[in-house]
Amino acid sequence: MARMTVDPFYCKGCGLCIEACPKKIIRLSDKFNEKGYHYAECFDQESCIACKLCYTFCPDVAITVEK
Amino acid sequence: MADKVLMKGNEAIAEAALRAGCRLYFAYPITPQSELIEYMSKMMPKVGGTFVQSESEIAAINMVYGASGCGKRVMTSSSSPGISLKQEGISYISGASLPAVVVNVVRGGPGLGDIQPAQGDYYQATRGGGHGDYRNIVLAPSTVQEFADMAPLAFDLADKYRIVVLILSDGLIGQMMEPVEFQPAKTEEEIEKLGKQHESWCMHPNEDEPNHHHHIINSLELDPNVLSDLVLNLEKKYIEIEKTEIRFEEYNISPDNEILCVAYGTAARITKSAIEELKKEGKSIGLIRPITLWPFPTEAIKQAFNQNVKKILTLELNLGQMIDDVRLAIEGKVPVDFIGRVGGLVFSPEEVKTKIEEIL
Amino acid sequence: MEIIATRPKSLTKAQFTYCPGCTHGISHRLIAEAMDELGMRNKTMGVCPVGCSVLAYNFFDCDMAEAAHGRAPALATGMKRARPDMHVFTYQGDGDLLAIGTAEIVHAANRGEHFSVFFVNNAIYGMTGGQMAPTTLPGMKTTTSPYGRDEKDIGYPIRACELLATLEAPYYIERVSLLSPQHVIKAKKAVYKALKFNKEERGFTFIEFVSTCPTNWGFEPMKAFEWAKENMLPFFKLGVFKDKSIEEEGK
Repeated sequence: MARMTVDPFYCKGCGLCIEACPKKIIRLSDKFNEKGYHYAECFDQESCIACKLCYTFCPDVAITVEK
Repeated sequence: MADKVLMKGNEAIAEAALRAGCRLYFAYPITPQSELIEYMSKMMPKVGGTFVQSESEIAAINMVYGASGCGKRVMTSSSSPGISLKQEGISYISGASLPAVVVNVVRGGPGLGDIQPAQGDYYQATRGGGHGDYRNIVLAPSTVQEFADMAPLAFDLADKYRIVVLILSDGLIGQMMEPVEFQPAKTEEEIEKLGKQHESWCMHPNEDEPNHHHHIINSLELDPNVLSDLVLNLEKKYIEIEKTEIRFEEYNISPDNEILCVAYGTAARITKSAIEELKKEGKSIGLIRPITLWPFPTEAIKQAFNQNVKKILTLELNLGQMIDDVRLAIEGKVPVDFIGRVGGLVFSPEEVKTKIEEIL
Repeated sequence: MEIIATRPKSLTKAQFTYCPGCTHGISHRLIAEAMDELGMRNKTMGVCPVGCSVLAYNFFDCDMAEAAHGRAPALATGMKRARPDMHVFTYQGDGDLLAIGTAEIVHAANRGEHFSVFFVNNAIYGMTGGQMAPTTLPGMKTTTSPYGRDEKDIGYPIRACELLATLEAPYYIERVSLLSPQHVIKAKKAVYKALKFNKEERGFTFIEFVSTCPTNWGFEPMKAFEWAKENMLPFFKLGVFKDKSIEEEGK
């Protein structure tokens, strides 16, 4: 089991995690954060393999990965 | 070291700085100040201190910024052109409220100028040669002894007010030898304590939460409201200094003075000789010698002038810079006479005497 | 479940002020991660430059000093000399380090000062709005090279690692890239190595990050990575340019 969570406070919707994720299970939420960015979210936690590539490529350190 | 020694000014100030607990010195060679940096290169290792000859005066003042940000007593020195290069750094140090001691052994200017003694850096020193609203305390020695005594004073003032203290000497005082006595050197414990006095704001070893600190040594403030508060705080400090830290010498001041002279540093020494000559001829001439050029001894001049002195004469080794502050002091009541030499030339006591006799 | 990746302790809780997709945040995190892993946070102080990372003192959770443009290596020299018991790093951009600060970086490296320099090369001046930098590529358009950088008129981009590697004193110099997750993983190893050598007082260490500036290059973040791979990596070769630890192990 693994989980990837995005902290909306930090996310700027740059999309890098979406590109980095080998399982292609991240998208931009249709919700906004306080700054008006669509923040990223994982929409299929079961498929997450905790490879941490999303965390690795996130420029705002918005992501936490658990395993 | 024996207590009374014959020493060049540039070496005396260096020795006095070491005794005052300065263990970090960064500088670049320049005449007429090189004996100071040479002395530091020889003696700093002996006291377990750090000497670095930097790649430029700009680098040196920024090394001072870094070391001062760690709360340590640190010093740099140069001569006029080098001090111009340090102005940005001095403005940053002032904006970040850091203590630092800078020595300027002034030479003939502007530009590359020459290596003779001069006083052409008065405006730069007292008005702040860098950008923004800030002040430096400026001390002007007129003897090798006084030059040496200014080191401990400068470090104490710098630490007390977290300000840049500029010692404005010149090539003559720097390279002339005179007997000098030193105060006893600070002990290692005293230096250790000095290093701790700034730990409420300076960079130093840290701990984990809850005792973690995050000290930032900085002069950047993008919010104008916050920057305004910061500058207004600097102003409070400067007002306090203007009230309590003015230093000057009254020489031959008396109610029957016919003329009041105002001069500092080398110019003051020469004026004293002329005053002594005139005294033999029964003429009473007084001298106010500012020791702090900022804060300027305005009151002292006002009082010395208000008895029944009719004429006032400013004597400088420049085109006339301190004369502005003298005019301000007497609020333009009378014209201020002036005698000056530029380009590194120095007037003689006879020339001063003749000038005084002309306006008597 | 156990957290295997989250914000390093050596970063504060502050939001970064960088543009979306800008790699400054990645280099910040790599440094902070290494500081945590090496247990250096409470013994480290950093110097930030003038440039986009001018506010980095709000992001690194250790004592920080703000330097005048280009003078970070001089501050760091003063700091390390004042506190030899602490570890020091500077974080600088290409304008700060290779334009106004060239003398400071060359001489700090030449003295073999015991601190680490983290140098972000994104071939442009970001904070001031996209002007030409010393690493701007030939033909590259910026707000001060509107017709494209003309190398015949104002010369070529400067390769910092190669320049500093000609000096005797530096201990470890490597250029890494942040242009893909895989590059970032490799870059982390170099950052860790630099700070490890720093902690062990081995001498001057220098890491150059080939980085992006989506906003001023005028690209989407991902497109910026493509452009940098095609245009920057051929000119700014990745790799180690000096590593005295290898020679020492060899002995």
